Amino acid sequence: MSLSYVLLAMLAMGAVTLLCRAAPFLFFRKRQPPPVLDYLQRYIPPVIMALLVINSLKGIRFDSAAHGIPELAAVAATALLHLWKRNVLLSIGGGTALYMVLIRVLA
Amino acid sequence: MQENTGPGRGHILARAFAASLPVLLGYLTIGIAFGLLLVDRGFAWWLAPLMSVIVYAGAAQFMAIGLLAAGTGIVEIAILTLVINARHMVYGLSLLDRFQSSGKRKPYLVYALTDETYGILTTVQPPQGSTDGERQEFYTAVSALDQAYWVAGSAAGALAGGLLTFDTRGLDFALTSLFVVLLVEQVRAVKRLEPYLVALLSAGAALLLAGPANLLIIAISLAIGGLLLLRRRLA
Repeated sequence: MSLSYVLLAMLAMGAVTLLCRAAPFLFFRKRQPPPVLDYLQRYIPPVIMALLVINSLKGIRFDSAAHGIPELAAVAATALLHLWKRNVLLSIGGGTALYMVLIRVLA
Repeated sequence: MQENTGPGRGHILARAFAASLPVLLGYLTIGIAFGLLLVDRGFAWWLAPLMSVIVYAGAAQFMAIGLLAAGTGIVEIAILTLVINARHMVYGLSLLDRFQSSGKRKPYLVYALTDETYGILTTVQPPQGSTDGERQEFYTAVSALDQAYWVAGSAAGALAGGLLTFDTRGLDFALTSLFVVLLVEQVRAVKRLEPYLVALLSAGAALLLAGPANLLIIAISLAIGGLLLLRRRLA
């Protein structure tokens, strides 16, 4: 693989990615966003956040040695810690630490 | 007009740093893994941080390692990147208002809009009483810090990943935890059951229709359709 091929491929990937991120801003630069967007702007973030959680858990294998327990327990611990103390670092640190322990103990 | 009634620059930057800390954990670890893999496939170390600047999209970058090593055609690589990153089109839809007055910073904010940065920008509020300029500064600082972690992680992994003796397995769960925390915050802010049901049903349908590989983009499309159907009920 030549360097120019790798650089060209990276530039193409960068251009496509930037285009995806910029598309809505470019589209509504001169146009007035329709009223339905006011509605969508409000509800898209919660939906995306729920989907990102689901997406990062899609690799769980319930038939593995740990039966998916580390993932589910760590997600529950993160959520409960956050509901309780609402301290982002504590929630994420606690959940991640629990996950790291469980994948070693239950494997 | 010189009026500065907001909390001040130092405070804004400190809050942005605090908001970005979870991403620090996740991006450093995953960035290191990315750099390590790239060098492992025989690429020069500096391509790792360079790609993290030119592309700056984690999932697509991991995908690219194998594709580049196999000499895959550039058009094919571009199409696959489009499939992976098409979800970002939706992110901008919910940031049109927030980025409205970002002026010169806007191109950077748009370029740097990863999943994690999107999550923080739509969920974590800038300090109380921030002026409009300070809010934009907060968004920019969070975006730039997140990218700095990613670039630093990929460089470190490519240069010295092999020297790591600490077993970091599972540390990348920090990003899953981050999404869980952001979801809890969304649940506090949006006290309706419907959006979460829509997300759950869309994810289920996407899994059945297309399997796990393209879950995100298909589920997001279905969910937007679902939200549109519920407009009368939720608006």
